[in-house]
Amino acid sequence: MQGLASIIQTHGRRIVIALPLAWLIVFFMLPLIEVFEVSFTTARRGIPPFAPLWGFGEDGFFTNFNLENYKLLFAYWEDYFWPAGNSLRLAFFSTLICLVFAYPMAWWIARSNPLHRIILLVLVMLPFWTSSLLRIYALIGLLNPNGFINTMLLHLGVIDAPLQMMQTDFSIYMGMVLTYLPLMILPLYAVMVRLDGDLIEAAVDLGASRFAVLRTIILPLTMPGIIAGCLLVFIPAVGEFVIPALLGGPGQAMIGKTVWLEFFRNRDWPVASAVAVVLLALLAVPIIYARYQDGRRSQFEIDQEDAA
Amino acid sequence: MKSAVAWPALILGCLGFGLLYIPITVMVIYSFNASRLVSVWGGFSTHWYSALLGNEQVLDALGKSIWIAVNAATYSTVFGVLIALAFVRFGNFRFRLLLSALASTPLVMPEVVTGLSLLLLFIAMEGVFGWPAGRGLDTIIIAHSTFGMCFAAVVVQSRLREFDMALEEAAADLGARQPFIFFSITLPVIAPAVIAAWLLAFTLSFDDLVIASFVSGPGSSTLPIVIFSKVRLGVTPEINALATIMIALIASCVVVAGLLFYSRSARTTSSSNRER
Repeated sequence: MQGLASIIQTHGRRIVIALPLAWLIVFFMLPLIEVFEVSFTTARRGIPPFAPLWGFGEDGFFTNFNLENYKLLFAYWEDYFWPAGNSLRLAFFSTLICLVFAYPMAWWIARSNPLHRIILLVLVMLPFWTSSLLRIYALIGLLNPNGFINTMLLHLGVIDAPLQMMQTDFSIYMGMVLTYLPLMILPLYAVMVRLDGDLIEAAVDLGASRFAVLRTIILPLTMPGIIAGCLLVFIPAVGEFVIPALLGGPGQAMIGKTVWLEFFRNRDWPVASAVAVVLLALLAVPIIYARYQDGRRSQFEIDQEDAA
Repeated sequence: MKSAVAWPALILGCLGFGLLYIPITVMVIYSFNASRLVSVWGGFSTHWYSALLGNEQVLDALGKSIWIAVNAATYSTVFGVLIALAFVRFGNFRFRLLLSALASTPLVMPEVVTGLSLLLLFIAMEGVFGWPAGRGLDTIIIAHSTFGMCFAAVVVQSRLREFDMALEEAAADLGARQPFIFFSITLPVIAPAVIAAWLLAFTLSFDDLVIASFVSGPGSSTLPIVIFSKVRLGVTPEINALATIMIALIASCVVVAGLLFYSRSARTTSSSNRER
């Protein structure tokens, strides 16, 4: 034990850095490289169900590098690139709808007294901690042709035939809002609660209308929260699988579902990897932008600490 | 201004809370429906709850999910604390940029990509080292720990930044050495964040469907995998009952945590007011 303690004392820093770094290199970085590699090989029968990208055989070094999978994505673009574009469209409008609901909700929470604030925050966090699969499942019970809404409306005589709500864009947006609304509210709340109420009071005293206060003071000052919230919703929404699988139809095909089907139904791992690479390419810009924003924020915090 | 919040904002806010809670409420009510049909109210019954308790498949999957989540949350928390320590305490160390990229990208990585990539790695490792032989609970635990530690690191980091270094310096002046200082001073102070990180990693693991589907082998179906296969066959009152139990459990945990947090923050504000 004495030996172990002295090892920790002399190499403590190195151990603290090396353990998580090694884990993340092996179980996060290497797997991603593996996806790129497999996307350039061909499928075959056997275990694993794809040819190795390179290796050493009887004739020395060999490689199976080819672009067949990507050519396939272009040849059948309506099966692969159309869902990709559709994901961007559905994720974009989902983000917008979340913002419209989350903005006033976050404002409401930030302007409440401490006790109400805690209650409302718990109400926002509660769905966030419950399984999103179960929330989507609950939504199906609501939107089905024989679900709660249709049963009620038929019973009240508002409609004669059940409304088709499942497998439409509407059901996708409902699912996205149900899943991602808390992720939009929390960063908005974080900036709003720090917003100086004196600024608003001063503007109102000087005769600014409510709209002018919103446009010239509140919106600009909460912009960091808006950007953070939109990225937190948009990025996972693009790669979403459960929502299009359970709530969507053919018109709501999304690229996350394409990866899944290619892998589990067609069992074509190289094509699934190529689609995954396309998905990563779609998300590269927003992910790098999010990292940049994050870096700026932490730099800002460090500067503030130094100033204090 | 008459009120702090304008009425259009209040209406949108109420609608937002409605969107979050109406589906869950309806599901909870229908879990007590005696009728199997969703559209018919057949009277109050706890029949589906007793049916659930007799469902071996669900109970077995529940046990596996809890085992996986406990393990994954524990690994996630240990590694998350290490990552947070490195970022907050070590300044500009050599691999800082690499570690920060590797520890933040999993937060935004699409689940299908994470799942597929880890499966390809496990297959390749099995080919080279003979481990993991087949896939099962171990591979799911590794996968869940990998993204769990990144979330845990974020939670612990924010708390560690507020830590008063004078406490550690006092301990060092009195002759304490580093691992001892960490376990006897630092860890107890950041304990609330460590517990929160563990709970977050637990829920993330417990709820995960997509990644577990990729890296699980035959016979290692977790609860979300079982639920997903049942949901595709249609809405069943048994799942309503299961969901109600899970939501009730989580709700009570969150409410207790919220109350604790409120009483603690009320105490600290009143004590800091007194200092002034």
